[in-house]
Amino acid sequence: MPTAEAKDEFRFYSRLSLTELTGLRAANLEQLLALVREVPDSCIFHHTHRFLRQHLHLSPEPPNDFAYWVFHSLGEDRLAEALASIDIVRLESLGAIRAKIVSTIEDYLSRSVQAKQRFASEDEAFYFLKSVSFVFPTGRTAGSLQEFAAQIRQITIDSIYFHMFEARLRLEKGNNDFSLWLSESAGEPELAQAITRLDPYTCTAEGLRSRILDIIERRRAA
Amino acid sequence: MNGIKDYIPFIGQSGADELALLAEHLKDKKIRFFNSTAVGGGVAEILNRMMPLMRELNLEARWDVIKGGEQFFAVTKKFHNALHGRLEEITGRDFDVFMETGLRNAEEMDLSGDIMFVHDPQPIMLVDKKKSNKWIWRCHVDVSAPDERVWSFLREYILKYDASVFSAPSFSRVLPIRQFLVAPSIDPLSDKNRDLPEESVLAVLGKYGIYRDKPVITQISRFDRLKDPVGVIETYRLVKKHVDCQLVLAGGTAVDDPEGLQVLAEVRERAADDKDIHILLMPQNDIEVNALQRGSDIILQKSLKEGFGLTIAEALWKGKPVVASAVGGIPLQITHRYSGMLCHSIEGAAFAIKQLLQAPEYARKLGENGREHVRNNFLLTRHLKEYLLMFLCMEHGKDLNRLF
Repeated sequence: MPTAEAKDEFRFYSRLSLTELTGLRAANLEQLLALVREVPDSCIFHHTHRFLRQHLHLSPEPPNDFAYWVFHSLGEDRLAEALASIDIVRLESLGAIRAKIVSTIEDYLSRSVQAKQRFASEDEAFYFLKSVSFVFPTGRTAGSLQEFAAQIRQITIDSIYFHMFEARLRLEKGNNDFSLWLSESAGEPELAQAITRLDPYTCTAEGLRSRILDIIERRRAA
Repeated sequence: MNGIKDYIPFIGQSGADELALLAEHLKDKKIRFFNSTAVGGGVAEILNRMMPLMRELNLEARWDVIKGGEQFFAVTKKFHNALHGRLEEITGRDFDVFMETGLRNAEEMDLSGDIMFVHDPQPIMLVDKKKSNKWIWRCHVDVSAPDERVWSFLREYILKYDASVFSAPSFSRVLPIRQFLVAPSIDPLSDKNRDLPEESVLAVLGKYGIYRDKPVITQISRFDRLKDPVGVIETYRLVKKHVDCQLVLAGGTAVDDPEGLQVLAEVRERAADDKDIHILLMPQNDIEVNALQRGSDIILQKSLKEGFGLTIAEALWKGKPVVASAVGGIPLQITHRYSGMLCHSIEGAAFAIKQLLQAPEYARKLGENGREHVRNNFLLTRHLKEYLLMFLCMEHGKDLNRLF
């Protein structure tokens, strides 16, 4: 069982966010596409991660707002499925996520002439919103794998959310904070890789906590 | 009066800690709230409950109410209707009355403070006294399709603010100032929402002659055409063809509101002598509303138009399956087939009710999901947290900000 102290301790942060309106809205796919190309990254983040935060205990399908709107307001179920199944966890930046959403809609529009004719009703337009986040230290730290597991059990969902999603995409670290620390400071590259391989978009926030803990506990038991 | 600790069962210790942390970053700020009434209406109700919590968090927060005469409030009522898109005859004199009162309040009131938070159009002109402090205007009205004359008039003032706040994305307009989305909330500890013992629920049902020998479908709202009470009866009749059930239509109407009494008469006529339709004209009684919601099998809100529609959050908080029209702020509270059922017609509402009555496990799951959704998104403490975050936004302009 690994008990070694890490080179640097892990400092747990958390975040709280507020939603800001942009005044931009789309009523059909072409308008949606044009706006997805130009809105700020914080809009792309909001619409691909809002569901995860809003529905903490249950993960309704589909997990991103674009897919949800395309399905429920335009009735384009094939495109909705394509958007919902974009493998966000494999895309390293919000720019890459944006590019993938754009190409998915473009492909669909090039194959479906009728899709251009479909409009959402007035009260079902897509409104572009963005997340404004405030990050703060929680005062919790971990200097070993054991302490790390103990803290993961206790931190808030917002803290997990920050280290898994916001740090990777909004702080552009390329990977989640947990995996970075495990590989760079705790000497646990395989454990880091296992957490990187998780798909956090297909489970609830509490489910994500459990899966991280399972991976750590298996390693500690090895 | 309830304190932060009373909300810990709903938000956890971490939720309480977060409020304290945000408040700590605002401790040097003098925060001022302004609206037009100290009692009655949703704004006053929320501020009455929120101010003690702010003070407990050691925030220097104060709430002041503007003064206005009968004429002024008659004009602001017209403005309110016009902002909702209703046709109103608004004269030049009406604008003069509004400005005279607005100027007088701006002259007479103490407008010192760091963050000035103004609710609704009535006190909007206070911003004319803006100095280097930050001003926020909260719009509780759906201004998506307003009377352009009234909107243009108000817009001149809105643009002097640093930021605005709307309750739903669809309520907002394109504006050159920051716009925040902050939904209203319910207080889980209020008489309307707190847990009630089963005997209290049964006592209220009994008082109104309602017995739970067959499923109870309930709509609670004013007798107002926009709440479609006649459509509710039609919906019930479609359901009743296949599932024996009873309907409760409960709400109030002002005695000086001739339209409300007329609507009530129409509803009674449509109900005819059906003993399973209970039409309850109730005085304001939060505990009775609470009991009626808790004693129902399904809550219906078949509005044709709606503001935010907090009756939905109230019902969901009680774990009830809800069938509601997809209008106003209702889709923000219900994700179709996940935390309730959205509908667009009498037939759609009836179909959803039949489905839920015949699949009680599914109905129970929707209710459970709905309660969790309200816990995470529509409680008073979330509302307070977002106000504190918004105040912090007055000094932090980025999309990702560090509080360390």
